[in-house]
Amino acid sequence: MTTIPPPVDVGPSPSAEAWRMFRRNVPAMIGLFLLVVIIAVTLYGAIFYTADPYEIVWAPHEAPGVTPDFPLGTDYLGRDILAGILSGGGPTLAVGAAAAAITMVIGLLLGAAAGFFGGWVDNLLMRVTEFFQVLPTLLFAMVLVTLFSPSLFVIAMAIGVVSWPQTARLTRAEFLKIKELEYVLAARASGTRNWRIMWRIILPNAAPPLIVSATLTVGVAILFEAGLSFLGLGDPNVMSWGLMIGANRDYILDAWWPVTIPGIAIFLTVFAVSLVGDGLNDAFNPRLRRR
Amino acid sequence: MNAAYILRRLFYGVLMMLGVVILNFLLIRLAPGDPAVVIAGEMGGATEEMLASIRAEYGLDKPVLTQLWIYVSSVAQGDLGQSFFFNQPVSSLIGQRIGPTILLVLTAQVLSILLGVFLGAVAARKPHGVLSAFVGVFATIGYAVPVFWTGIMFIILFASVLPWFPVEGMQSVRLRDADLWTRMLDVTHHLVLPALTLAIIYLAQYARLTRASMLDALSSEYIRTARAKGLNERSVVFSHALRNALLPILTVAGLQFGNLISGALLVETVFNWPGMGRLAFDSILRRDYPTIMGVLFFASLMVVIANLITDFSYRLADPRLKDEQ
Repeated sequence: MTTIPPPVDVGPSPSAEAWRMFRRNVPAMIGLFLLVVIIAVTLYGAIFYTADPYEIVWAPHEAPGVTPDFPLGTDYLGRDILAGILSGGGPTLAVGAAAAAITMVIGLLLGAAAGFFGGWVDNLLMRVTEFFQVLPTLLFAMVLVTLFSPSLFVIAMAIGVVSWPQTARLTRAEFLKIKELEYVLAARASGTRNWRIMWRIILPNAAPPLIVSATLTVGVAILFEAGLSFLGLGDPNVMSWGLMIGANRDYILDAWWPVTIPGIAIFLTVFAVSLVGDGLNDAFNPRLRRR
Repeated sequence: MNAAYILRRLFYGVLMMLGVVILNFLLIRLAPGDPAVVIAGEMGGATEEMLASIRAEYGLDKPVLTQLWIYVSSVAQGDLGQSFFFNQPVSSLIGQRIGPTILLVLTAQVLSILLGVFLGAVAARKPHGVLSAFVGVFATIGYAVPVFWTGIMFIILFASVLPWFPVEGMQSVRLRDADLWTRMLDVTHHLVLPALTLAIIYLAQYARLTRASMLDALSSEYIRTARAKGLNERSVVFSHALRNALLPILTVAGLQFGNLISGALLVETVFNWPGMGRLAFDSILRRDYPTIMGVLFFASLMVVIANLITDFSYRLADPRLKDEQ
């Protein structure tokens, strides 16, 4: 009679291990908490606080905390700043996330093709990447937004089109490294198609640095969107934090809060995103933790 | 570094700029509407004669490839077209404004590298010390603050609370006719806040990078050798470790240059600095495309030149690369 051997203990999966590391990282958890709060507030805040961000509701430049009806005060026209913060958050976050997604898709496709196929494909794609790195990002995005109407979609596209080179370089480097590993050679030897090797075998193994980079890209994209809106190149029909700063900037010496408060909102969001990004980086690279 | 290498890099730079010119050309044609109207600017209210002269000058009735050739060859001769809003050739518009931008960008670059490297190198001597923690926190904060907002906060602080530095423009009107020395001091005085605003973000990044790369260098064998020779700690840290730790800084500084120019665009707008960023902003509001394209061309040219300088200095700094092709 044969006894079935007890299952081998393979230990926790890499992602469970990373999550365990992440959970222990206090700044990263603070960042995650902050991010969840910000997303919840911008998604559901308007349900509980129904003021119209465009409506002139009070005297201009009412300081925060003076009138209980307007806890964050009013702007240069007498509009409710809290209402602006709540309704401006959604578009800011949405454009940031969409732009980061576009950046990642372009960067992944081009970087993967360059790293995987090598040779002239690599050469050509890297020259294109270098070319896009020469163009000053904000200026190029401004030109794109001005040429094609400034809708949220065009803005997200423009940010994506100018920001992908770094992702492409990172993806290429990871693919170059991983494609020489034995399990990839084994897959090749067993006749697996290129497409499958690229996306099902190499990509999951290249995921940790790419996830970190995607997180940080969201932060950069939010700052980018804020910059465009600040310059008045955002979607004119949509409230956003950058737009609030831009609209109030001529009156900063009369009232500091209409520009300071949206700026703090942008800062806290990007700060939370980057704490999460740093936390992920540490969780995926335990050896580098002591740095 | 041999002549063939230099020539090849220069040729490559010219190729990049040719790419920028072709991109400019394509962007105008891709924009919805008649290119002549686009070039004249939607706010200009162009007359029929103006449109006819634009069509003739840019050859808009000829095949696309001929149009491209006309455009490329006129740019090659230094003619970036005419700004209909400012009623001036684009090249002279930019000529008036490129100086202030270069001054701002270079000052910010030098300031952020010097301070960042110093901060990072000192922090690396105590990897778990207070300064190391500060560098980490400062870098995360610096990354998350919108640069235009930092500028505005500086203006609020320095215009009313601490009136130490001027918060607008590049020169005081009353000093316009003063002697050269006074004017230089005046410009420097105006430069403090914009340059600091721009430098802060990158300063934080350089500090973090220097710290990491110093820690790498300090744990290497040549440092152990230097210590074993009995050199004092200061010379081990600053002349042995720092020299090697500087190479990654050089790479990043080159790559950051494009971002620095983007940042300068916002900072110039905030502080009313009379540079190319301000010009780009004004011309975009007026949809003055020849000027916008001219700014895009020159800003890219600055990045190409910065990349060349980085390349060459990297070769000079790292003797291992000297004989490589």
